[in-house]
Amino acid sequence: MASVSTKERASAPEASPFTAYRADYEAQTAAPEWLTALRSAGIAQFENAGFPTMKDEDWHFTSVAPIAQSVFRAAGAPKVTPRDVKRFTFEHPDWHTIVFVNGRYSADLSSFAGEDSGLRVGSLAEAIRTGKGRPERHVSRIAPPSANSFTALNAAFLSDGAFIEIPADTVAGKTVHLVFVSAGADSVSHPRNVIVAARHSRCSIVESYVALDESRYFTNAVTEIQVGEGARVDHYKLQRESSAAFHVGTIQVHQAAASELHSFSFATGGALSRTNIYTTLDGEGASCTLNGLYLADGTQHVDHQTRIEHVQPNCPSREVYKGVLDGRSHGVFNGKVYVHPEAQKTDGKQSNNNLLLSPTARVDTKPQLEIFADDVKCTHGATVGRLDDNAMFYLNSRGIGPEAARTLLTYAFAADVLEMIELEPLRKALEEIVLARFTEPVTD
Amino acid sequence: MVPSEEQIVTRKGVALLEINDLHANIGEKEILKGITLSVKAGEVHAVMGPNGSGKSTLAQVLAGHPSYEVTKGTVAYDGENLLEMDAEVRAQNGIFLAFQYPVEIPGVSNAYFLRSAYNEIRKSKGMEEVDPLEFLDLMEEKLKLVDMDSAMLQRSVNSGFSGGEKKRNEILQMAVLAPRLAILDETDSGLDIDALRIVAEGVNKLRSPENATILVTHYQRLLNYIVPDQVHVLAGGRIVRSGGKELALELEEKGYDWIQSESGNGVTGRSRVQAGAK
Repeated sequence: MASVSTKERASAPEASPFTAYRADYEAQTAAPEWLTALRSAGIAQFENAGFPTMKDEDWHFTSVAPIAQSVFRAAGAPKVTPRDVKRFTFEHPDWHTIVFVNGRYSADLSSFAGEDSGLRVGSLAEAIRTGKGRPERHVSRIAPPSANSFTALNAAFLSDGAFIEIPADTVAGKTVHLVFVSAGADSVSHPRNVIVAARHSRCSIVESYVALDESRYFTNAVTEIQVGEGARVDHYKLQRESSAAFHVGTIQVHQAAASELHSFSFATGGALSRTNIYTTLDGEGASCTLNGLYLADGTQHVDHQTRIEHVQPNCPSREVYKGVLDGRSHGVFNGKVYVHPEAQKTDGKQSNNNLLLSPTARVDTKPQLEIFADDVKCTHGATVGRLDDNAMFYLNSRGIGPEAARTLLTYAFAADVLEMIELEPLRKALEEIVLARFTEPVTD
Repeated sequence: MVPSEEQIVTRKGVALLEINDLHANIGEKEILKGITLSVKAGEVHAVMGPNGSGKSTLAQVLAGHPSYEVTKGTVAYDGENLLEMDAEVRAQNGIFLAFQYPVEIPGVSNAYFLRSAYNEIRKSKGMEEVDPLEFLDLMEEKLKLVDMDSAMLQRSVNSGFSGGEKKRNEILQMAVLAPRLAILDETDSGLDIDALRIVAEGVNKLRSPENATILVTHYQRLLNYIVPDQVHVLAGGRIVRSGGKELALELEEKGYDWIQSESGNGVTGRSRVQAGAK
């Protein structure tokens, strides 16, 4: 894709999205050599490939035209008070809560729940500045710019995010909650999170994407997770962006032998959102559980793409995604499971169930199995349904009116997958959010 | 459950339910072809008949199932036009249908479901809702009635329940909601003799001069445990014969073919009423 990089053009009010990205790219502060090279590779890859179109198989059901055609600028950090973010932190005293405003770490808003057995949590910006923890060894290792255009764009602007290291044989005693707050219109942030769980370690991480108001902005996040041999990472992503926001978030994971990944993606916000969760089971006995719940209403578009690569033998993978779509919303689920020729004794199960609450809601679901090994056990299935008339009548016949019955049945459908969340305070918080959403209908 | 003042007032001799020339369709097909039936408070009526006679349809129509369309006739319940009420309003007014096939609702606990139903009915009467703890106390006693373990309350509604458990769960709901008119749709089918006895005992304990019961059944055996005041035989969408409890015994002996051929009804079939366990 052609782009003009003169400063004159970039600062002109009619700046095109590409010139705006280029101008902001060039305006970045100096960085260590490795990062400058990475950013440069990122912008080159992005400008060369451009945004994906619906002709791209991975984006067949989702048009990112609204993102591609809008000018979003890097934004400063507006004043945000602890009061503002309180409603997003679940006020859990035992969690480390790390807050980012428009992609920038905020020391004032963050709080650490005391000493935690060697767990290192901090801002990536600081690690880059001090070189502590040698971020250059980890950043972009699992999700290089070549992964896709959005990851490339994220690399071009890579500057901050969370950098979390769990030393070998260490169990992080406390959950880490990363809260990404967006504030102000037409801004873009590119958070990059790097989580390195050394062998036989264990940790639990929550990533929340939230907004202070209903403005239109763009979040383009990338999270890289290395799960060392025998380690376990529980990762929860909560996409609760503003109803006008655009969100693309990629979580890319590499799993060593006998490691465990437990991932849950919860998506309720955004005008247009896409979550990618990719993991590679790259060691014998590694396992993953990818679960998720998406709720959309109005004209929301919510897309999930998951990819599980079975590279080594004897790896189980489990996946359950559920969606509830109301209004004229559009849900997309594309779950890929690749079984490489060496990955014998793979045991994969995948399901995607959708509930349509209105005649104009739509869902496209595409479970995909590609198997190149001969001794494997893989199943997948997808359903799209409406509320069961018999169940409705059953509840009505017990004195429960149509509205309450609808809420109860919808909640039951969604809560089923929330039950799989092991982190109890989070499960309860999400149950409340879901219940509130169905009791107080969102209007578009 | 404490009945409201209004519930306690019974109108002796006045029919609680008055069905007059009721016709009902599902789609284009007419299933009920003129049912006339009067049930007084304190009475138990058995509605019997072969498969396809319309007895389950009658139960569903009375409970307000939206798939059925009433094309003719009237139903007065406690002097009010029942057919104008939505299903939940009927329930709030004391009508209860024990389903032939209770619906499974994964994700909703039995306790939550029962409490919601109980509270909705209380709210409709302008009474205060009960909290979960108060409700558990109430449940303790009701569970004994149907010989159910309190662990059942934490399970999802009917989800993975055996046939017998589902039917007992229906009777549990009936015990909690304390209806004035209970309609039991083939509650006996698929039950072994022990489960049948438990269900029947539950129903008998809930009988009172204020409420009435309609037992819809194919078989006579339930009537060994719950003795009806009147027995009606349905065939081809009409009541072809009514009588006392001895009619059920006669049916048991002679089978439905007897009544169908005698009534000149066009319905064919070789179904026989199974002998009840003595």
